[in-house]
Amino acid sequence: MEFILQNFFNWDIVTQAWPLLLRGFGMTLILMAAVIPVGCIGGLTVALLGQSRFRAVRWLTIIYVDFFRAFPPLVLLIFIYAGLPFAGIDLPAIVSVCLAFLLNSSAYYGEVFRAGIESVGTGQAEAARSTGLSGFQTTTYVVLPQAIRNVLPDLVSNTLEVAKLTSLASVVALPELLYSADMARSVTFNATPIVMAAVLYLVLLWPLVRLLSRIEHRSMGSR
Amino acid sequence: MSDTPILDVQGLRKSYGKLEVLKGVDLAVRERELVFIIGPSGSGKSTLLRCCNRLEESNGGAVIFDGTDITAKSTNINAVRQKIGMVFQSFNLYPHMSAEGNVALALRKVLKRPKAEALERARAALDRVGLSDKAENYPNQLSGGQQQRVAIARALALEPKMVLFDEPTSALDPELVGSVLEVMRDLRTAGMTMLVVSHEMRFAREAADRVVFMDEGHIVEEGPPEQVFGDPQMPRTRDFVSRIDH
Repeated sequence: MEFILQNFFNWDIVTQAWPLLLRGFGMTLILMAAVIPVGCIGGLTVALLGQSRFRAVRWLTIIYVDFFRAFPPLVLLIFIYAGLPFAGIDLPAIVSVCLAFLLNSSAYYGEVFRAGIESVGTGQAEAARSTGLSGFQTTTYVVLPQAIRNVLPDLVSNTLEVAKLTSLASVVALPELLYSADMARSVTFNATPIVMAAVLYLVLLWPLVRLLSRIEHRSMGSR
Repeated sequence: MSDTPILDVQGLRKSYGKLEVLKGVDLAVRERELVFIIGPSGSGKSTLLRCCNRLEESNGGAVIFDGTDITAKSTNINAVRQKIGMVFQSFNLYPHMSAEGNVALALRKVLKRPKAEALERARAALDRVGLSDKAENYPNQLSGGQQQRVAIARALALEPKMVLFDEPTSALDPELVGSVLEVMRDLRTAGMTMLVVSHEMRFAREAADRVVFMDEGHIVEEGPPEQVFGDPQMPRTRDFVSRIDH
């Protein structure tokens, strides 16, 4: 018992590592605030291109989505950060992370938005077009609001995954929460900072998990 | 009733792959006329109607509406559609908007009216179909008949020169059909030009100026309802009329 407290819940280590972890936590928040909107907007773009009337565009989006869903995000990130410099493309860590997340999560968000758009009956768009709305107005005011509502649980669930994936940024030495915690661990020779990081992730993401199950219950009820 | 047709369909053809559903259809509708299209399912009636506001692209022929060939690529179809209302079999109300929101959307986004004015016109249109007390209800709070009347109000709010009805009562429970037909009767009295695809034969007999019988992508026969129903000239019309319940 003494051994566990000493190595995992050591109060002295907590006070020492706290400032470093707090900074790491701040960086994690910044990362999430950057990559979630980037992934969402990218995914929406992919989904809308997937509805294009040009077959070539539709095929390209299918290839794009398949490719990046099959590409492990960690491999993608290391390729961008450590592989591309061999081609003379040397991107800062934060840019590499954002690019990797754009490519990876836009493919996933794209699939969610596509499912949403396809869940809205064609009659909706026909009714809107028959009153003179343009294709863009029809998408904006009639199709997308329904599409998003229909796949809201999947959107939140995907966002939760993306939020957790930001810890990947630690492998390219971006000082986010996991990286800071691991650094504190190696300096203090104690596992307590890792436990602290886990608690901080939990505190941050648990409300999102609660929200998700509330939305899921609500949409089950309305069906 | 003026003599120049407001809608003039000329030699219209439409195919889905190898299946030809419209094989050269000619049809003229004059202002203030109520024209009924009847015929067996698969005869091309709904396709013909949907070509009249280009929800379906035709493969040949022309559709002249109010002097404009709407099948021409250069035609601004969104502008034409403001002048041709359409009412669908399954209502197609926007479920995320209230009744007045449904009616006001095109007023705001197409005619660019300010919100207050759009809502005022929307309520006036709802009043016309007898639903002024349901303006703030959402579609899932309305009966089928009420939903279809909201859909008619949505088409009317843009003050169209003509309204297309695609089987407007087919999805309704029998006891709700009357309220929708009532609205269509009022529109006829007010002089609205209407092209209706429907199976409501009794209503066609009573209200239509002209009945068009279609079969296998052709117009087989057309004339006043008493002729088409009472004394059909063509064998196929006779066969169809004898089999319908009226």
